[in-house]
Amino acid sequence: MGAVRTAVIGVGQTRHVSARHDVSMAGLVREAAVEALEDAGMGFDDIDAVVVGKAPDTFEGVIMPELYLADALGAVGKPLLRVHTAGSVGGSTAIVAAKLVMAGIHKRVLTVSFEKQSESNATWGLSVQMPFSAPLVAGAGGYFAPLIRAYIARSGAPEYIGHLVSVKDRLAALRNPRAQLHLPDIDLKTVQESLLLWAPLRLLDVCPSSDGAMAMVIGAEDVADAAPNPAAWIHGTAMRSEPTMFAGRDQVNPQAGKDCAADVYQQAGITNPREDFDCAEVYVPFSWYEPMWLENLGFCAEGDGWKLTEAGATAPDGDIPWNPSGGVLSSNPIGASGMIRFGEAAQQVRERAGDYQVALKTGKALGHAYGGGSQFFSMWVVGRDKPA
Amino acid sequence: MATTEPLIEHHVLEYPGGYTRSLGTALSRYLTGLRAGRIVGVRTVDGRVMVPPTEYDPETGADLDEYVEVGPAGVVEAWTWVAEPVAGKHHLTKPFAFALVRPDGADIPMVHVVDVASPDDMSVGMRVMPRWAPERVGYVTDLNAWVPEGDAADGSAGGGVDRQGAGGGVDHQAEPVTGITVPIRLEYEINAGRASSKYLRGMAEGKLIGQKAVGSDAVYLPPRGSDPTTGAPTEIEVEVSQIGTVTTFCITNIAGLSESAPEVPYIAAQILLDGANTPYLGLVQGIAVDDCRMGLRVKAVWDENLRPDARCLKWFEPNGEPDAAYDTYREYA
Amino acid sequence: MRDVAVISFAQETADKDRERNEVEFIIPVVQEAVRASGLARHDIGFTISGSCDYLSGGPFTFVQGLDAAGAWPPVKESHVEMDAAWALYEAWVAIQAGEVDSALIYGFGKSSLTDVHQVFNLQNDPYTVAPLWPSTVSLAALQASALLAGSDVTERDLAEVAARSRRDSLDNPYAIVGEDVDADTLLARPLTYAPLRDADVAPVTDGSAAIVIAADDLARELCERPAWIRGIDHRIDAPHIGTRDLTTCVSARRAGEEAGALQGGFDIAELHAQFSHDELILRDVLGLDGATINPSGGALGANPLMASGLIRIGEVARRISAGDAGRGLAHATQGACLQQNLVCVMEGE
Repeated sequence: MGAVRTAVIGVGQTRHVSARHDVSMAGLVREAAVEALEDAGMGFDDIDAVVVGKAPDTFEGVIMPELYLADALGAVGKPLLRVHTAGSVGGSTAIVAAKLVMAGIHKRVLTVSFEKQSESNATWGLSVQMPFSAPLVAGAGGYFAPLIRAYIARSGAPEYIGHLVSVKDRLAALRNPRAQLHLPDIDLKTVQESLLLWAPLRLLDVCPSSDGAMAMVIGAEDVADAAPNPAAWIHGTAMRSEPTMFAGRDQVNPQAGKDCAADVYQQAGITNPREDFDCAEVYVPFSWYEPMWLENLGFCAEGDGWKLTEAGATAPDGDIPWNPSGGVLSSNPIGASGMIRFGEAAQQVRERAGDYQVALKTGKALGHAYGGGSQFFSMWVVGRDKPA
Repeated sequence: MATTEPLIEHHVLEYPGGYTRSLGTALSRYLTGLRAGRIVGVRTVDGRVMVPPTEYDPETGADLDEYVEVGPAGVVEAWTWVAEPVAGKHHLTKPFAFALVRPDGADIPMVHVVDVASPDDMSVGMRVMPRWAPERVGYVTDLNAWVPEGDAADGSAGGGVDRQGAGGGVDHQAEPVTGITVPIRLEYEINAGRASSKYLRGMAEGKLIGQKAVGSDAVYLPPRGSDPTTGAPTEIEVEVSQIGTVTTFCITNIAGLSESAPEVPYIAAQILLDGANTPYLGLVQGIAVDDCRMGLRVKAVWDENLRPDARCLKWFEPNGEPDAAYDTYREYA
Repeated sequence: MRDVAVISFAQETADKDRERNEVEFIIPVVQEAVRASGLARHDIGFTISGSCDYLSGGPFTFVQGLDAAGAWPPVKESHVEMDAAWALYEAWVAIQAGEVDSALIYGFGKSSLTDVHQVFNLQNDPYTVAPLWPSTVSLAALQASALLAGSDVTERDLAEVAARSRRDSLDNPYAIVGEDVDADTLLARPLTYAPLRDADVAPVTDGSAAIVIAADDLARELCERPAWIRGIDHRIDAPHIGTRDLTTCVSARRAGEEAGALQGGFDIAELHAQFSHDELILRDVLGLDGATINPSGGALGANPLMASGLIRIGEVARRISAGDAGRGLAHATQGACLQQNLVCVMEGE
């Protein structure tokens, strides 16, 4: 970790919906940014630098949209960085912003991520067919569903495990007014009867497509000490990447995810994640990724992830709630989704998560994001108390 | 065709129908104004009038909401000549100027076009008037072009005959403009690259040619030109078998995901070809979807018209061998 | 602040390369920069790239790029959708945060696959400017027009910059346009994009670059004469060019100020001037009197987008490490009319 203790002192996000017809892209990001600034007791003038993240520019048809957004984000005359690391980008962006403070370069950094997927559509945006490439025949779900099948074969998990996650996260979302999907009547049966898209994945096992933005203000220790609202102290940050495909690659339980977790746990003094965290906000765009990431992130032994899910351990009232906000399964503005995980983890340790607040014991939470072919990972640990 | 000729393919990047952009307050005011033949700006924090308007100050990001009508006449502050307009992009079809035009009453100029016959007709400081499009829809080209002040005598300069409903500063025409559709069609000439060219030329002979790096046993298929673990160039060509094992798969029930997709339901699989160390993502046909399984042995099925194109490997189908044991492909699944 | 230095640099450029794809431009520069650094690939602490999906015509260009750089065992890695000079900035931050002691930075792009000047119109306001399709050259020409009208700069001044750049490019094997030419000859050529001529506009270039940076004793151990980064900063201006005074560049000056450039004393400067007038504006705001400007020929000799800014840093570092310069300034830019600017000040021991 860097020399400067660093904390999240402001969090803001939009309501996530399938199409925000009432705002421009600038209007969308400003909603999140202004809310985060107000939470931090600041205005744009107080900010030293801005870090923007989002997924591919083809989604909105704007090259490097942060250039056009510079004035909307109050970045004129300041440093402005643009991060893009596929699905993990929201998390990576928050980490880049945090490092600017940890390194002692800036005191107050605004970080913003967004996607306005209704400008085009995600299926098109994610599957542009390039010349000379093998035909893309099955979309994003068609990439991940075979990996889920491989996980099921490995672990011997019953087929309904994924559906349990789909129900759990959607019920959790009912307590989160910002979540896109509010499905009060969802139960195992409705998931099992929903359209089979990419067997074994059904419609309700899959994340939605959203317009939304997330923002945070990250401050140095002296700034955080003076902030009007509680801080979420950053106890560790880590990023890891591995190639898309190489001989012997474990695509189901990728080494980069394990290494990233080990690194961030070591920084934050986490030895038993299931006990040491009060909750985790983890990037689960397809339901089965909960048990898969439970194993990858060391919350249990390999092969046992589904047992935690089945036992209800990851439910809001379980011993280790995962995605009490409703998670990616309930809202997915792709470029912002990772930062939403990081920000929701921060809100929990700040005890500002409203109706989906979990009980704090250790006062620590994990934020996680991944992207590409399960190959890009970013994680942070935030805590109620200052790091040692 | 000489085998060294680069493989190049035309590629179009275009979201069908165009991007659908919602506008928000300031842009809605601006484009609703243009539709009515009026130019609307906004007052910035330091008191300047800026056009087009934004909801936020260009220097500080503070909220702005004092809208001001400007023009209609204006002055050219900078210009450049476009000798060859691009069809499908520029809305004017004959040569024109791009210019920074500052409407009277505004302090900050806007980027727009000036329609004159020749660059000799352009100068910094020249007076211009808007020429409105005959049919206006709430788009930036409703202001069709700025034209020299003297040329606007046809009456269109003041909004003229096209400015129906704009009297009294109130737009009586329909609802405000809240969204626009922006067509963006980009064309590329993509070249395959060295590694892919070799691979695709192999396909034209019905062969699957992978590559490996010096000092590595791993065979990559399709090859990308480097070993992704080390970045070392892969230059040793290795032909791999057309027979392989389905390591994992899914059954797709969504129609129309791509041009190449067959009728639903269909099987998309990872196939580990004998002699390769990376799975090939392909289709499996010739078997009922419910009968597909991990470990299934399959062979490549080619198009009759072999050519240097990944699509000529159409799909894989069962070859009748007994299923591979899980342990033989476990590390790939 | 930790002392951080550029310890190796490699580049590749080509004029409309039809043989190699974008990713194949990365392989040789990464191999060479890593080799020259003296570090093994897996001993480099951090990996980061800069690229743009719209050069290749589809999303996630950087993903295949990482495969070309090599990433096993898993690497600490990031990517900016910016010129790789900003990737170097992020790597420098990671070192300052104490997380790593070294980093590999690479940038790549093939600008020749499309009409890049038209395509980069999509950087502009998507509602009021982009639908008019001003090319990057048209917007630059508006800035040149404003500069000629609002300052004592003349068309001859532009031609002098273009002529010197073309002459200097003759000595640079990576430049794709080089010509023994003087200003009078250029002034006699047509005003292709009034008030600009072809020679005032950077050529469309394919290419890549890679740099390895290292901190403190590691840099000293690996490199006989490291190019120490004494200051690095970047700033951005408002997007609507009408809101800016186009005869100057506030963000470049501010970045120079923050990077410690304004005290001067430079032997050389490599400016990412993609148009002749860019150099005049940048020289003015950065105070480069006495410095040799763009000895490589600059971006007017070769301008592989996404790598070109990083190449400016590499060109300065290379000369410092070779002992040909003691103090140098590198500059990178992106966005319409010098919207966003980065300044990196480097010195020998």
